[in-house]
Amino acid sequence: MFVLVVGGGKVGYYLTKELIESGHEVVLMEKDRARAAQIVDELGSIVVPHDGCEGKYLGEAGSNRADIVAAVTGDDEDNLVICQMAKHHFDVPRTIARVNNPKNEDLFRHLGVDEIISPTRMALGSIEQDIPVHELLHLAALDNELEIIEAQLQADSPAVGRTPADLVIPEACSLFAIVRNGVATPLRSDTVLQEGDKVIAIGRADCERMLHEQLIGTEDEVTAG
Amino acid sequence: MKLVIVGCGRVGAALAEAFDNGGHEVVILDTSTRAFDKLSEEFKGQAVRGDGTDEDVLRKAGVEGADVLLALTEGDNRNVMAAQVAMEKLAVGKTIAKINDPVRAAAYAELGIATVCRTTMLTDAVLAYLDLGKTGMPSIIAPVPHVHEAGQGPVASPVAAGTTPVQAQRS
Repeated sequence: MFVLVVGGGKVGYYLTKELIESGHEVVLMEKDRARAAQIVDELGSIVVPHDGCEGKYLGEAGSNRADIVAAVTGDDEDNLVICQMAKHHFDVPRTIARVNNPKNEDLFRHLGVDEIISPTRMALGSIEQDIPVHELLHLAALDNELEIIEAQLQADSPAVGRTPADLVIPEACSLFAIVRNGVATPLRSDTVLQEGDKVIAIGRADCERMLHEQLIGTEDEVTAG
Repeated sequence: MKLVIVGCGRVGAALAEAFDNGGHEVVILDTSTRAFDKLSEEFKGQAVRGDGTDEDVLRKAGVEGADVLLALTEGDNRNVMAAQVAMEKLAVGKTIAKINDPVRAAAYAELGIATVCRTTMLTDAVLAYLDLGKTGMPSIIAPVPHVHEAGQGPVASPVAAGTTPVQAQRS
């Protein structure tokens, strides 16, 4: 496969290196001459020391016979234009863009970029996975100070493995449904609660502390509400 | 008409003033507030500091639904992206992007953006003054509507001297 990589920063450099090692034909475009020369020293003469955004050089680098163009510079607008030029002007079958601002992902897909790599989104994803949701979620406020509240059960929740009948639920409050694997069902008194369940409750705001204790645990202070 | 200009350089500022004097609603954006020094004290439009390729910034500046967006920053790709965000996300009627690379300018006209290329404009002006012919490229390339459905190539449409730059006409 012939892959044209645009942008000789860290991502472009290691991408090129890996691709060469797995036997692909690779050309790397890097506009900074000093950086380009440095990569030539390390990886051989596979570098075009020109701006990959410039139509002329994109053509000279062989984009019209490339199977894949990967635009991995640090600037979203450059990556977008490189992919669009490759796709629409040089008929490259597959384009890949690095996207730094997660908000641009939709736009890029909409504008015809085939594949999006979003380092920001990936980091965000792993951070969010690492931080368990330890709070009650307010879904809606009703009349008479009533609220609909959701609690997602973590592994350390005291409610896991128990049924609603085993829990101490405040009088002015009722647990009425659970969402398990995306399916909502009414909560029966003999339903055994599992990790990952979302328990939906309705109750007065002053029941929250008790609900928190029963469904989330007591290590954290109640901050909701 | 409501016109938005991204990039308050010489051309951006001059057009902003011209539109403003013509009684139009004008919003001009630049990443540097110093750029707005080029605007006269009489300018009645809105000057907003911010990145014109950022959808949120444009939305906050009230760009949604504007009639025209002109992308005139120093970066070809920034202009392309600002124009595409305006068209695809903010329902702006017409966009013109300054693209100084002639190859890119022609390519983006096919993708629905009117493009103006300083390189060909200046080259043509010099060639004409020296009586040495011309490049044959139009100074504004109008977008080709629905190029994929129609399956046709780009249509070059030179703008006659004296017409307003906003209304590129088909030849």
